[in-house]
Amino acid sequence: MRAPRGEIWAGRALLLVLMAFTILPFISIFMTALHPSNTVPNGLEWPVDPQWGNFVEAFRVAQMPETLASSAFIVLAVVPVSLIISTMAGFAIGMLRIPGANVLLFLFVFGLTLPFPGIIIPIYFLERAMHIYNTRLAIVLPLIALYMPFAVFWMRAHFVNMPGELSEAARVDGATTWDLFWQIHVPLARAPIASLGILMSIWTWNQFLLALVLVEDPTQRTMAGALGYFQGHYATDIPLLCAATILILVPTLVVFILFQRQIITALLQGSIKG
Amino acid sequence: MTSIPDNRPAAPSFSRRIFPQRKVRRETLIGWLFVLPALLMYVLFVLVPLLLTILYSFFRWNGVGPMIWVGVKNYVTIFQAPNLLGTITNAFWLVVWFSILPVGLGLIVASVIHRVATGRLGAIARTVLFLPQVIPLVAAGIIWGWLLALPGLINQILKAGGLGAITRAWLGDFDWALPAVGLIGIWVLLGFCIVLLLTCMTKVDPALYESARIDGASWFKEFVAITVPLLRYEIGVCLTVTVIAALAAFDIIWVSTAGGPGNATSVPGIQIYVLAFTQRTVGLASALAVMLMVLVVAVIIPIQWLSRERAL
Repeated sequence: MRAPRGEIWAGRALLLVLMAFTILPFISIFMTALHPSNTVPNGLEWPVDPQWGNFVEAFRVAQMPETLASSAFIVLAVVPVSLIISTMAGFAIGMLRIPGANVLLFLFVFGLTLPFPGIIIPIYFLERAMHIYNTRLAIVLPLIALYMPFAVFWMRAHFVNMPGELSEAARVDGATTWDLFWQIHVPLARAPIASLGILMSIWTWNQFLLALVLVEDPTQRTMAGALGYFQGHYATDIPLLCAATILILVPTLVVFILFQRQIITALLQGSIKG
Repeated sequence: MTSIPDNRPAAPSFSRRIFPQRKVRRETLIGWLFVLPALLMYVLFVLVPLLLTILYSFFRWNGVGPMIWVGVKNYVTIFQAPNLLGTITNAFWLVVWFSILPVGLGLIVASVIHRVATGRLGAIARTVLFLPQVIPLVAAGIIWGWLLALPGLINQILKAGGLGAITRAWLGDFDWALPAVGLIGIWVLLGFCIVLLLTCMTKVDPALYESARIDGASWFKEFVAITVPLLRYEIGVCLTVTVIAALAAFDIIWVSTAGGPGNATSVPGIQIYVLAFTQRTVGLASALAVMLMVLVVAVIIPIQWLSRERAL
């Protein structure tokens, strides 16, 4: 039994309005980005003479090649390490059920509630003391640590549901814990590891506060950090700022469209299990 | 390689009988070695900073010179300074905008969509509405900074709708800056709430809705009698995620208003940054950071408790 016809149309209309509310901002900055540099156009106005060159100019001014390389470096340094160590920890807590597993789990989950700005001050002073301030490592190390609560929790949720018989069979065949982990459990955990990897890549790309506090040089920052720097210096040139914003959005949007199913599911499951 | 004797096919029961203690202890040790790298990073860059924040909060320190013990004076200062205590008030307003409104609206919208079962359109909407979740918050702040500006899209729409009289630079207006920042939060978080709640609604036994409809229940009756009680846990999840986003807000506000005009949109995250890294009052900033962390826990615990306990 379906809902009344009028209600169906009302529902569809509501959806369309919401989608417009979500999409219009993107359209607005896209149109604005095509206006001549240093002009102030209307919010939604197709330019008389579209300035596609603004994207080239933004690419140059924002030092995009260096910034892209820096972001890519940070993602490649953070994500694989985070994946390996969180999977190992999740395996020990969820599968091996080591003594103290519950305490460890609680300790990690507690980290999920910590607001980021709450611990940024000592991180700054620690890194000054470690002489890694203003290097990419300054972003990489704390970021790996900050992902641990979610990542360990996520991997543990996978391992806790894996049947123990698998391990026992392998044990009888003489496998060490290390073999067991790499040869049996990591291959079986490919799906949750992949989802986690995609999520952490996006979060790293989008990380702003760490970049702002710990790295002054925009070409050593994450994408979001570089965008923040760009905004600080070109806030008055609205078309150029919009062009730079779009350049930085494009990679995220491409990744999202390619992996939307995994990303949506991962984010939803991640929060529900939390 | 040293483990060969223990792992020979026939060995386990044998060694377990002879060296039970040793075997168990070895397993435990290996297990802890697996946790160690993650734990080490977490302790070094999360738990140690957490403890140091608490420690700093009892000192007066400019970040370079000597640290001077001042006891709880920093906390007293926060309660006495309107611009510092005001950040906590603003944080609570942000909870309304970033959390209560997206979750409330999300619940209503999701139940409408669910009731009218819009197959293909629903799938597209799911992707589109989720978009703001994956873009950098900095970009969201820049985009909306432009939309809410004097010549921006929002004022353009208002003018087209005959409301030209109320147009203004929303983010620069003392009364409207905070709701304007709140609107950005709704844009970012509403889609997430809708998609999450909708996904969970489709898991509710359809027979419940069927029988309600046969009895001629309106959307509102269905909503109050079935949807809200059954989704209690998921509503709790949405609230938890968005409340943390609201209280820890930094990126959007830093980029769109930097806390201004005046302190109209200043929240703890912004004020902590300014106090510690611009004004060099590290102790005071740390005290505010501790208060922020306590605040988050104090708000999260009741939500968790309400959504888990007494579930129907």
